[in-house]
Amino acid sequence: MTNPLCLRGGRVLDPARGIDRVQDLWIEGGKIAGWGEDAPSALRSNPKAEIVDVRGAVVCPGLVDIHVHLREPGQEDRETIETGARAAVRGGFATVACMPNTDPPLDDRPRVEYVRRRGLEVGLARVLPIAAVTKGQQGMELTEIEDLVEAGAVAISDDGKPVRNAELMRRALELTRDLGIPVIQHAEDPDLKGVGVMHEGWVSTRMGLKGIPDIAESVIVARDVLLAELTGGHVHVAHVSAAKTVDLIRQARARGIRITGETAPHYLVLTDEAVEGYDTSAKMNPPLRSERDRDALIEAVQDGTLDCLATDHAPHTDIDKDGDFDSAPFGIVGLETALGVYLKALVEPGHLTLPGLIARMTVEPYRVLGRRGGTLEPGAEADVTVFDPSHRWTVRASEFASKGRNTPFEGWELPGRVLLTLVGGRTVFRAETSEATLR
Amino acid sequence: MTARKDLLGLEDLSADEIVTILDNARTFREVLDRPIPKVPSLRGMTAANLFFEPSTRTRLSFELAEKRLSADTVNFQTSGSSVSKGETLRDTARNIEAMGIHLVVIRHQASGAPHYLARHLEAGVINAGDGTHEHPTQGLLDIYTMREQRGRIAGLRVAIVGDVMHSRVARSNMWGLVKLGAEVVIAGPPTMMPAEVERFGVSVARSVDEAIEGADVVNILRIQLERQCAGLYPSLREYARVYGVTAERIRRAKPDVTVMHPGPMNRGVEIAQDVADGEHSVILQQVTNGVAVRMAVLYLLSRREPSGDVAESETPSVEATKNHDEPTLSPRR
Ligand SMILES: [Zn+2]
Repeated sequence: MTNPLCLRGGRVLDPARGIDRVQDLWIEGGKIAGWGEDAPSALRSNPKAEIVDVRGAVVCPGLVDIHVHLREPGQEDRETIETGARAAVRGGFATVACMPNTDPPLDDRPRVEYVRRRGLEVGLARVLPIAAVTKGQQGMELTEIEDLVEAGAVAISDDGKPVRNAELMRRALELTRDLGIPVIQHAEDPDLKGVGVMHEGWVSTRMGLKGIPDIAESVIVARDVLLAELTGGHVHVAHVSAAKTVDLIRQARARGIRITGETAPHYLVLTDEAVEGYDTSAKMNPPLRSERDRDALIEAVQDGTLDCLATDHAPHTDIDKDGDFDSAPFGIVGLETALGVYLKALVEPGHLTLPGLIARMTVEPYRVLGRRGGTLEPGAEADVTVFDPSHRWTVRASEFASKGRNTPFEGWELPGRVLLTLVGGRTVFRAETSEATLR
Repeated sequence: MTARKDLLGLEDLSADEIVTILDNARTFREVLDRPIPKVPSLRGMTAANLFFEPSTRTRLSFELAEKRLSADTVNFQTSGSSVSKGETLRDTARNIEAMGIHLVVIRHQASGAPHYLARHLEAGVINAGDGTHEHPTQGLLDIYTMREQRGRIAGLRVAIVGDVMHSRVARSNMWGLVKLGAEVVIAGPPTMMPAEVERFGVSVARSVDEAIEGADVVNILRIQLERQCAGLYPSLREYARVYGVTAERIRRAKPDVTVMHPGPMNRGVEIAQDVADGEHSVILQQVTNGVAVRMAVLYLLSRREPSGDVAESETPSVEATKNHDEPTLSPRR
C-alpha cells in the first residue's frame, strides 16, 4: 500500500458537488480521503504522507473520454491499448471508453473481456469497452447485449457506421432500456453520405471534393428521437457536428425524451475551411462543418444540450494519411490536445466557466453511461487530474505518446498543461519538466 | 506568372496572369501555322506526363506542346486501380524527384492530387485535370478560343450547360471568365448543381433555354450519366430531352453565337449532331488552340529558376537559334 498523498494548495474543482476552492486534497488507500480541514486529522499529521505542492494548478476529477479508438485488437500499427492509454493519461484522462470497431470488432464476451483485462494489465487509464450493437458491426443481427454488459461493456455502439436498420435500432433500445446503458449512435445516413469526403458547401464545391450534407447526420437523429420516444431507451449521439442535429436533440429533450449528445474538440475550433490545400489532417467523419454549425455547437455545450465533451481519438499511421484527400482515411487523434483545445475554444472566450468545462469532461460522461463517478467526494476512487490552466505549450505531434500523429493542431499554442494524472490513487502520469511546478 | 512554380487551377491566377498566358498562347498559335512548327524554348528540359486517369486527347495535346517546344518527354500511365492510390502518389513523387524532371503534367482522378505533388516536388507541376476540381489548361484554351472568336472576354454572356457538379472544366471556366469580366450563366439538372455555386460569381438559370437566351458563347459540358452521375438523373434519353443543346435552343442565343464543347462529345445527348458540326461550332479550333495554350503554360513555368526564385532580367524569350524564323517571346507581367 502506497503512502498517503496530499495535493497541497491547488484549486480543487468538483463540479458534481459544486466545489471550487483552494485547499489540500488528501488521498489514502487509493481513495479520496478528504479535503483541507475535512480530511481526517490523523492523516494530516501522518509524517509518511507525501506532499505535492500544486499551488496555481487546478485539481479536478480525472478526465473521462467517452469516445476513443484504441485499434486493438487488429490494427496495432495504428494504436494499442497501451499506447492509447499512455496518450490518455498524458492528456489528463483517467478513463477512456473505447469503441468496438476494432478488427475483429468487440461483439463477443472474450473480446470485451480482453480489452478490459489488457487495460488493467497496462495499468494507466481505466479502459471501458463499448460493445457492438450488431454482430460483426454488420447491421444485421443483434449481439448478446446482456452478456456483453456483464463482461464489462459500458454501452453499445456500431461506431464507424450507423445502426442503419430502424427495426434493429428499436430492438437495441428496448433491450438496453432497463440495463441503464445508452445506445451510442454514429448518426450518418450512408446514402446521403455516399462517397463524400468533406462537408457539403462552398468549400467542397470550390475544391471539387464530394460533399457530405449536414442532414446525413440529422436525419438519423430525427429518426432516433422517435425510436427513443417509442421505446423509452437512451440514445446517445456521438460526435455531433451539425446545427440541425443540435436543434433536434434540444427539442426532443424538452419533450422528456432520453437523448444525449457529445461533440469533439475540432468541431468547436475548426470549420470546413481547414480542408484548404487538401489537408488530410482535417479529414474526419463527421466532417468539419460551417461557421454556423460551429457556433450552434458551442451554444449547445453551453446550455447542456450536448452533455459531454469527447475526443473521437482516431489514430492512423502517417502512411495512411499521406496521399490524396479522397483515399486518406477519416479521423484524427485527440487525447493529448483535447483539454487544451477545449480551454481555448470554450473557457478562454468565456463561453463556459472552468468548472462548467470540467463537469462536461468528468461527471457528465459518467452520467451518460449511467454510472456514478467523476467526482472527488470522500470515499470515491482517487482518479485525479492536475493541470495548470495558464501554462501555454506548443503542439508537437512527434512528441505524442499515441502512435497516431494525425492532428490538425500541429504547431498550435494551447493553454492547459497537464501536470499529474492519478488513477485509483496511483500516479500514472507526471509531467517531466514539472519539478519546479510540482514539489 | 513567371514567379509561379505550378499551375494548379485558375482560382489561384490573377486576371493579369491569365492575360499573360493568353497573349503568349497567341504567339505560339502562330508558330503552329509555320512549315516547321517547332521552337527550342524547352531544349534540355524534361517533362513527365503522368496520367493516372486515361485521357488520350489531353495527353496528346500536352505531348505535342512539349515536342513543339523541344522538350524531352516521358510518359507514365496507369489504370488508377492500384491498391493504394495514396501510396502510388507518394512513390511517384519520389521517382520524379530522383529522375531530375523539370516539369510534371498530371491528370488524376482525385481532386487535389496535383497539389500534393506540387508540395513535394521541386519540379513545376501542371494540373491536367484533377477529379472534379479544375482543368486549368482546358479553361484557358476555352477562354482563348472565346477571345479569338469574340475579340474580348469582358462583357460577354457565356452560358455553361450541363453537369456542373462533376465538371472540372466548368470550375476552371467559371474562375477564369468571371475574373476577366464575363457574365456567366449556368444551367443543368438541379441534382448536378454543386452547393453554393453562385459564389463563383455566376448566376444559375432555371432552364437551358433561359441560360442560352442572348448568349455570346454556349459551352456544353460532357455528361457521364452511366458512370459519374448514376442515380442523379433518370436516363440519357430524359437528359437529352431536357438539357440537350439542340439547334432550336441555340436560336435563342446571339445570331453569331460561338458553340463550344471540351470533348469527347456524346452526340445526340448533351449536344445535337447538327450543333456539334454546325456553323457556330468551334470545337476543332479548341483542339488546335489547346496545343498553343499548353505551350504557353509550359514555356512560362519553365522560365522559373530551379531554386524557385525568378531572375527578373532573365526572360530571354525563345533562344536565338540558326532558324531566324523563331518568334521572340517575352512573357509580360
Ligand atoms: Zn463515429
